[in-house]
Amino acid sequence: MKILEDLKYAKGHEWVRVEGNRAYIGITDFAQDELGDIVYIELPEVGAHVEVDDIMGSIESVKAAADVYAPVSGEIVEVNEELETSPELVNEDPYDAWIAVVEMADSGELDNLMDAEEYEKFCEEEA
Amino acid sequence: MKKTPLYDVHVVLGGKIIDFGGWALPVQYSSILNEHHAVRNAAGLFDVSHMGEILIEGSGAKEFIQQMITNDISKMSPGRIVYSPMCYRSGGTVDDLLVYQLDTNRYLLVVNASNTQKDYDWLKDNCNIKGISIKDVSADYGLIAIQGPASQKILQNLTSTPLEDIRFFRFLDNVEVAGVNAMVSRTGYTGEDGFELYVAADQAVRLWEEIMEAGHQEGLVPAGLGARDTLRFEAALPLYGQELSPNISPLEAGLDRFVKLNKQDFIGKDALIKQSEQGLKRKLVGFEMIDRGMPRTGYKIQADGKEIGFVTSGGLAPTLKKNVGLALVKIQHSNLGDEFFIQVRGKSLKARVIKTPFYLKK
Repeated sequence: MKILEDLKYAKGHEWVRVEGNRAYIGITDFAQDELGDIVYIELPEVGAHVEVDDIMGSIESVKAAADVYAPVSGEIVEVNEELETSPELVNEDPYDAWIAVVEMADSGELDNLMDAEEYEKFCEEEA
Repeated sequence: MKKTPLYDVHVVLGGKIIDFGGWALPVQYSSILNEHHAVRNAAGLFDVSHMGEILIEGSGAKEFIQQMITNDISKMSPGRIVYSPMCYRSGGTVDDLLVYQLDTNRYLLVVNASNTQKDYDWLKDNCNIKGISIKDVSADYGLIAIQGPASQKILQNLTSTPLEDIRFFRFLDNVEVAGVNAMVSRTGYTGEDGFELYVAADQAVRLWEEIMEAGHQEGLVPAGLGARDTLRFEAALPLYGQELSPNISPLEAGLDRFVKLNKQDFIGKDALIKQSEQGLKRKLVGFEMIDRGMPRTGYKIQADGKEIGFVTSGGLAPTLKKNVGLALVKIQHSNLGDEFFIQVRGKSLKARVIKTPFYLKK
């Protein structure tokens, strides 16, 4: 299982990559492996406001459905439309296949997320 | 969890083991989609040893089975297989099963794993013919299914018995396959050609490994429960617990051709005749999504703002690359082209009734 050092992680197995005030959000390698073949992704709407733990999309694999929860609050400013036609990109490279970008309302929320080491432990406990 | 004789093989192959109605079985080895496509284009090997086998013997065996199931086995002979629902007096379904006639007075019922005990009890409780023996022999068998267009070619490498002589829904007992004594049945649950091999439980590993070896070059892959479900779903084969249940009759599930209302008495006949004469109130249909979204088992369906039914099975049909489903809906919404709305995670998404099966082999 792949965990990247420079990302932040949420308990819902979302990852966050911070660029300035923008948070790129995707799901982790652990999450895509648990789901199996991903066949459908529902993206959030650009312009929508999300609070931490709001549902900001869903991912469906052949066998299961999972919600994607907002790891930070703010406005959705971009979504990865490529995933609508190629949802399998999340299986192929989960850390490249971001789902949406949130313009953060409070970057202090990042402190509530896990770093790579903490997330690795978290996954071990879940497995 | 219970383990099949092939459990260790699944673990070595990297199978992702899940609890399937109390059985530890692989949902997938590599990917459900890869395994699905392999079965449609080449072949897949499935461990279906969890299926239940109930042996019925005695001079009244045929008469007894006739009383228990909706299909007619009066013209059956040894070497043949009949598919049939088995019903309650209410017309609801106890199980759907295969009847193998082994000999004049010997029959093997192959039933859904999770229903084995229930079926066995039901058969015992309703047997009032003297001299009939009913035995649950499930543990004696390992059951391996090879499914897909390359199945015959692969299996033929391992036996001198001409497999092309075994026609669809026939079987041959005591066939030597890779040195293992097997009952070879041309049946399956994928919508493809294929065979199911019944062997002594302690021979299952050897046979599995021989078949994998023989099929490697033809593109044979091990396939798990996930692909088994997507394959049967595309072929619109019913799954007990979803398309059939104690609350769903085989007529509602569209299995009319396996319900012989003009044969001798059988359990459920009166209720089914009544359903048939009064007209069904609801019916199983196939549908495709018009709006983007994924229908799943249990999702409710509305039309004109009212609830009209529910999804029994739904998801991606991998061969068609379409999101489709099977649904039990009120009869007035069951015509081809009818539109209704699937309640998908808080949204109402449009779908249209289409014909089944979604996939039919060439």
